[in-house]
Order: sequence, then C-alpha cells, then structure tokens
Amino acid sequence: MYSTQEPDAGTPLRVSQQLVTLQIDGVPVTVPAGTSVMRAAFDAGVRVPKLCATDHLEAFGSCRLCLVEIEGRRGFPASCTTPVEAGMKVTTQSDKLAKLRRNTMELYISDHPLDCLTCPANGNCELQDMAGVVGLREVRYGSEGENHLVGTKDTSNPYFSFDPTKCIVCSRCVRACEEVQGTFALTVEGRGFQSKIAPGPTGFVESECVSCGACVQACPTATLMEKSITEMGQPDHAVVTTCAYCGVGCSFRAEMKGSQVVRMVPNKNGQANHGHSCVKGRFAWGYATHPDRLKHPMIRAKITDPWRVVSWEEALRYAAGEFRRIQEKHGRGSVGGITSSRCTNEETYLVQKLVRAAFGNNNVDTCARVCHSPTGYGLKATLGESAGTQNFDSVDAADVILVIGANPTDAHPVFASRMKRRLRQGARLIVVDPRRIDLVRQPHVEAEFHLALRPGTNVAVLNALAHVIVAEGLAKDDYVGQRCDQPEFETWRRFILQPRNSPEALEEATGVPAERIRGAARLYATGGNAAIYYGLGVTEHSQGSTTVMAIANLAMLTGNVGRPGVGVNPLRGQNNVQGSCDMGSFPHELPGYRHVSDPTVRELFSTTWGVPIDPEPGLRIPNMFDAAIDGSFKGLYVQGEDIAQSDPDTRHVSHALESLECLVVQDIFLNETAKFAHVLLPGSSFLEKDGTFTNAERRISRVRKVMPPLAGYADWQVTLELAKALGYPMHYEHPSQIMDEIAALTPTFAGVSYERLERLGSIQWPCNAKAPEGTPVMHVEAFVRGKGRFVVTEYVPTSERTTRKFPLILTTGRILSQYNVGAQTRRTHNAVWHEGDRLELHPHDAENRGIRDGDWVSVRSRAGETTLRAQVTERMQPGIVYTTFHHPESGANVVTTDNSDWATNCPEYKVTAVEVTPTATPSAWQEQFQRFSEAQAGLMPQR
Amino acid sequence: MDSNKLVKMANDIAAFFEAEPDPAACSAGIGGHIGRFWDPRMRRALFRHLDEHGGEGLRDSVVRALSAHREALLTKG
Repeated sequence: MYSTQEPDAGTPLRVSQQLVTLQIDGVPVTVPAGTSVMRAAFDAGVRVPKLCATDHLEAFGSCRLCLVEIEGRRGFPASCTTPVEAGMKVTTQSDKLAKLRRNTMELYISDHPLDCLTCPANGNCELQDMAGVVGLREVRYGSEGENHLVGTKDTSNPYFSFDPTKCIVCSRCVRACEEVQGTFALTVEGRGFQSKIAPGPTGFVESECVSCGACVQACPTATLMEKSITEMGQPDHAVVTTCAYCGVGCSFRAEMKGSQVVRMVPNKNGQANHGHSCVKGRFAWGYATHPDRLKHPMIRAKITDPWRVVSWEEALRYAAGEFRRIQEKHGRGSVGGITSSRCTNEETYLVQKLVRAAFGNNNVDTCARVCHSPTGYGLKATLGESAGTQNFDSVDAADVILVIGANPTDAHPVFASRMKRRLRQGARLIVVDPRRIDLVRQPHVEAEFHLALRPGTNVAVLNALAHVIVAEGLAKDDYVGQRCDQPEFETWRRFILQPRNSPEALEEATGVPAERIRGAARLYATGGNAAIYYGLGVTEHSQGSTTVMAIANLAMLTGNVGRPGVGVNPLRGQNNVQGSCDMGSFPHELPGYRHVSDPTVRELFSTTWGVPIDPEPGLRIPNMFDAAIDGSFKGLYVQGEDIAQSDPDTRHVSHALESLECLVVQDIFLNETAKFAHVLLPGSSFLEKDGTFTNAERRISRVRKVMPPLAGYADWQVTLELAKALGYPMHYEHPSQIMDEIAALTPTFAGVSYERLERLGSIQWPCNAKAPEGTPVMHVEAFVRGKGRFVVTEYVPTSERTTRKFPLILTTGRILSQYNVGAQTRRTHNAVWHEGDRLELHPHDAENRGIRDGDWVSVRSRAGETTLRAQVTERMQPGIVYTTFHHPESGANVVTTDNSDWATNCPEYKVTAVEVTPTATPSAWQEQFQRFSEAQAGLMPQR
Repeated sequence: MDSNKLVKMANDIAAFFEAEPDPAACSAGIGGHIGRFWDPRMRRALFRHLDEHGGEGLRDSVVRALSAHREALLTKG
C-alpha cells in the first residue's frame, strides 16, 4: 500500500513539448500531450475515484471506477486510459456516474471480507476509501453464492503476507512486478471469476519473487501486506531519509510510530530510485534494533582480557591516552584511522580531519581501497574527476548498454530494474563477465553479446574492442579531435592498432571468440548512445586501474561522454563509498581529491584547522597491515568497517591486527575486527543520526534521524569527543555545520548546504556558482581536466596463475539478499534466502572431482584453505568457481591473496588460483576461527 | 616493511609505465607514482633494499627510476 500521505496522480507523468488545454468540470487545465484525463483532473485538483490505477504504473482500465463523461462522446470512458485532447470537456461527477461507481463498488464489496475494523489495512485502504468516496451504503448481493471469501493466507515470505480473500484482482501487483521491478514473478491465473493472483506454482518464498516490495506497495487492499504493519498497526508519521545499503542510495520514507520504525517505503520523489526499492532497503532494517547491538563502551588492555564496560569518558580517555603513548614511543606516523563508507559524509570528514589534525599524519584510508579506488585513479587520470559521469536517469536515453564486471540485479537491484526497463524498451545489451549473470538472459531481457572472458583479462578484452573500433574506422574522429589531447591520442592509437591487440591475437588469453568481440565493438561504436556500467569485476584486479582507464578510452573514442544516455558509470558498492572518497579519506588526498603535496591546498586546510598538514602521503590499508607486522604502525581507529572479514588474506590481516597495541573499533556490532580490539565504541545506525550520503551518481542526499542513538551518541559526536580527548577539540553542534565547513573548503561542494538539500531534495556534485543546483551529467562542454587523455593500457597478465596444483580460478562477489560482510543483513530475515556462502562450480568441474550439489568441499589456494558447500551450476564456465563473503565463518578471504592493483593496492579478489576437493571437515582455519570466536564471546560482559 | 612485497608492488607499477615509449617518461611515471602514493617509510624501505641488496628482484626500469628520482623520493620523506 502506498502511504496515504503521498498523493497519487493515478497515471504516470508524461513529458512533452506539446501542451494540451482542456476543461475538467468547467475548470481549464493545461497538461503535456499524452497525459491521461485522470492525471489532468488531478492537476486541476479533482480526484477521480480509482482502484486499478496508480501513478507508478501504466493505466490498465479494469476497475471501471474512474469513469467520466466527455462532451460529444458516447458512453463513459475510463479516465485512466483516455488521453487528453485539446478542447475536451470532461465531467467527473454526475448522478449517472455516481450510480455506476456505486454499483461497481457494490460488486467489489459483495465479494470482500467485511472485517475492516480488524484488518491491517484499516486506516490506509484504498478499497475502503473508495467505498466512502462513492457513497456505498448497502450491498444487495449476499455472500451465499460463489465467492472468494475463503482462502489460505500465504505467509511464507518473511516480510509480507498474501491473503487471497482480500484480493480484488486489480493487477496492480502483477504490473508492478513487470513494469517497476522487471521480474515477472506474478501472474493472473485463470479467467473471469476464476482469476486469481499467483506467484507461479509455489508459495511466495519459493517463487521467482525477489521481495522488492513493489507489489506490496501497489496493492490497494490488505491482500499484500507488510507483516510489520500487521503486527504494529499503521504509522503515525514519516521521515524522509536515505537507505544505508548499496551505492544506489534510495530515498525512503521511514514510517514511524513514535521512535519505532513501522516500515520503510521507497520515496516516490526520490531522485535516485523514483519510488522503487529492493529487499534490503525495503525490509531488512530490523538489524538497527537487534539485541546484538553494542550499547556500552568497553575497554581491555589485551585482546585475551575480558571486556570491561566503562563510561564514555573513560573509554575515550583510554583510547586517546593509548594513541598519544604510542606516538610518543613509536613516532607520529605510528597511528592512523579508517573511515567508513557506511557512515555519513560528515562523519568520514571528521575522522580524516582527526587523523590529519589530531594525529598529525595522513594515515587515513577507507573501504574504497578494497573496492573502487581504481575508479578514482583511472577516471581522474583520463577524464579529470574521480567519479562517474552520469545520473541514473541517463540510462533512459541509452541505446546500447555495456555491463562489465558488474551484477546489478544482485548488487544494485533498484538501478538494475531501471536498466531492464530500458532494455525492454529496445536498448541493446553487451555483458562482459565470466559468469552468466542474470542479466545475460531473463524474461524480456537478453544480452546480444555475452563476452564470457577468463577472469583477469578485462584489459585484453577492452583493448580488443578498441582495436576493432579504430581499425574498422568506427571511432568518432571529430569528437576525439575536438575534445581530447592529440599527442596522447596518437600514441595510444599506434599502440592499440598493433596486431597483438586484435581480438584474434587475444582470443587465447581472453577465451572470447574474436568474432564476438568484433560484433560487440561494432554495436558499441555504432548503436547510438552507448553507456558503460561497471563494478568490482573491473576494479578488483591487479590491472583494476588500467581497466578503468581502458573503459574511459573506449568511451572517449566513440564520443560517448558528455550527454545523457552515455558515459562511464561505476556502480559503487557501499551506500557512501563515493562520499567517503569525496571527503578526503585517502591517505594522499584532502577532501575534493586534492593531493596532500599541493602547498596551496594544504595552506587552505591548515589555516582553517589551525594545524600544519603533513605533505607526505600516508599508509593505505594494506600498507597499514604490513607496517603493523613490521612494528612501525601500532594504533588504529576504525569507524564502521570490518577489515578482518572484508579484506583479503585473512590470516595476514589477523596477524596485523594482533600486532597492534591499540585498536579502537566504533561499530554497531561486535564485528570480526572488534574481536581484535582494545576499545569498543558503540556506533549508531543510519536511523539514529543526521547527515548526508553520496551515491554512485554523485548525488548527495539527506540522512535524517528518526530515533535516538541506542548508546547515546551519533558517530559524529563520538569522533568529536575522541578528538577532544586527544587535545584537538572540534566545535560543531550539528552535522549541517560540518557540511558548511566541507563546502567552504571543497570547490565541488561549494554550493552544498542543508538548506539547499532541503529545497532541492538532493544535489549531484559539482555544486557551485557555475552549477548551483548540481551537475547531473559531467564533462558536457569539455572534460574536467581540459582535454581528455587517452592512456596506453598494456595488457599485463596477473601473476596469480593456475597450475596443476591450483587449476581453477576463484572469483568472488555478492548476492541480492546479503550486503557486504553481512553484519546487517545476517541479522534480519534475509537469512531465509542465504543462510551460508556457497561455492558455485560448473558441472564438468564438479563431476571431475566427484562433487555433487550440496557437498562440503575444500577450497585451497596459495594463501589458505576453507570449506564451503558446493552449488553445481551452469552459470559458471568450466575452470572458474565463485563464492561470496557474507558470512565470516565461510572464510572466503582466507583463500584470496594479497595480490593487488598496481596503482592503488586494491586487492585482486577476482582472481585466485585454487583447487577444490570433496571434504568432510572444516578447514584448520575454520576450526581456529571457531575457537577464537567462542573465546571472544566469552570475554563479553554477560547480558 | 616486507621488501619482497615492496619489490612486487614497484614492479607492478613499472609494468604499467613500461608501456610508455619514451624511457624518460617511463622513469618519471614510476618515480612519480611511488612519490605520490607511497608512505615515506615504504620508500625508505625500498631504497634500503636497493642499496643493501642491489635491488634484487626489481625490474630494470624500477632501478633506473629510483636512481633518477632518489633525491626527490627520499628527501621529502
């Protein structure tokens, strides 16, 4: 059910240069051509009764409630399916219409349970509302005849129920599943009176349904109903905020009872998601009040000591004292901090400020190190800015979509729905991925080219694509000549034309037939607006940065940067990973991606912050681990990251963390990293604080506090207190003041303020005097760096090679229902869909090893070994296996190596040589992990 | 710092810049990258490896770059 507080115009907005003027009940109204009479009436302030219509879905015209009279026309046309015409005179209310509508409602109600007082939709039921609107006062037809009043409620989905007795078969749920989500899981079974809604032959939870909630939102009755509403009742107020899961950054209305969340509903006015959601943002918010939440600060001298609950003052004093003691003994550079991509911009800004100003060094890094740091490097080097070029809406204008190293239906599901809608409209699809991801073929979507390359050969494939485009004369020479640096281009052109970059020469390395690459290249270069979307399958390689630059080369070569429908679009992993990078979380860059060696920039910050800024780059996360092991790095402040689970080569990471003298972890849960900590500072969830997140399209959106922090402080307040304890007090009363400072110091944020965000809803940076309302598409007139720079992208095979001992390639990723290290989603009902990580492998590889689906298997690499259950599937190609890292005991990162991107040290998660064998026992690491975890649990205070 | 790891990191950087046809630009690319992205203790450790172990395992282009940019890479840190 849509929120009753959100007006519904009945049919979707139409955009047209041509305007049409008509009269609704004698009132003139002018609307874009193509608008429905219903929507025109809405614009004129007239609400035409309706049941099957809603402004999220195309008109259907089935309920017969929105009938109107139109002068000069016979009968009573449905206003939802009738487009406006110039001079049309529409009457929405008359005795005849009233009688027709009452009769229609009478029929609906004659086959509907009359349990309104105890119905969960009571207070927000469109059927009930319409009965009132049409003045239904009696139902002449009894319930003795054939009816639908008896049925079995499907409660199999953990988040919503389906009660067929309340269904009016308006098809809004079916249409939402098709039009909005693009899954086609629901259908109308049977004809006429036998018609009923069904998720295929099974119950909801076993069906194709992805639990995005679109059907629940669309249902005008209590048929599809959130269980939280059934349990708690209707909300009494709503607060607009931003989802804390993936980089799409969906806007939600947190619908509340007091300070208790009743449900999260995607915001129709959300500029990133336009009213859509996924299973995580829509339903998996229960972790925020999970009993595992840390509520009290704790300290201990050694990680083998029991935790001691202390006051905030004592915990912060102890942490600050330890950091200062370590610096005095081991030097200024012996401590550092890690900012969180799950925290707000303001919070990450404060942590990097604390490191630079209070610690006095640049040892600050963020989780982008292990995901999109190559994006920052590669796009800055080629285009001039460390961010994607487009807004999400841009996909609506794309003619060709190239998805490389990304699995949007799992990792960025709301944007994937948008992309699938464009594909259903006729855009053509190229997928470059070793796995047959869902996008390759699903209802009404099929990739024209699936380049199923071998992991580690992205650069080779991209070079081959570019080779074909140049060799076959498909490049946009005018664009390149006008907008790109010519000497650099000529150097690159000579390089790319070399025969070794041809698809034929690279076929053996990539495993992709040359003709398929040639076909994809021709399509990308000549198919109209071509947009590239990429993810961690691009960045998490030894050549991650080179791949990003090769993508930028390809886009510039074909003139596909600088207008809607095209561009280079990194699909960012965590909700605020773009923002954490923008805020100066990298050890070599101050906020706004300005290098610490720039004296002018340092002067700006040192003047404002009142301390000198170190001109040298600091340690990146992997370097921190190495320095901890060699003894030169002893203290670390980690806010909202779980490096012990998410970072590669777990045993190496554990060794590094054990080597620290003071590890301060600020988190909402006792995560894997916290088991190595000496100070625990309880964190606050996104529901407990004010601030902003910046999503993958550079969109800055407000995060709004809907409940008080469980442990008393929001994360930004904790950092302030820690800075104060370190002798560097910072003076902010509200995150808006932090944003004011960011705006004053960062040219791309110069125009950003909470007041402007309130007014505009959200803002895409750059936002400044030149672009006061933000920048949806970048590089329009020219590239940010001036001339676009073609970079020579030599394919260098990874040093991680298969051998007889390790003959398979392991690549890792994520799935729809779980998020990152799973700390949040594992503490929700999403576990129904994924109770443990699985090793996917091809039937051929399984058969060769005597492995059956569901068997326990050992996965062994040069770095380590773990045991997982096997999932035998043809979505894998022979020779390649795949797993996720959502569960710590799975130990996916025990197996991954410390190989990394040459430019940024982003780990090469996507290529690990392994062997897989049947086993009956957990690995030695898993047994040790189990013992360590139990010991750590025993050191926690009793609840 | 683990010199084996630093050697591998430096060699990986070199493998990218060696695509640069101009040797001076290649050297500047390697030296510049290490200067802009490596913490001073990492740079010092790499130079220790160069000086004490003759740069064992380092690609020639790295050795050339370190020699050419020694002052800039060490004096800053």
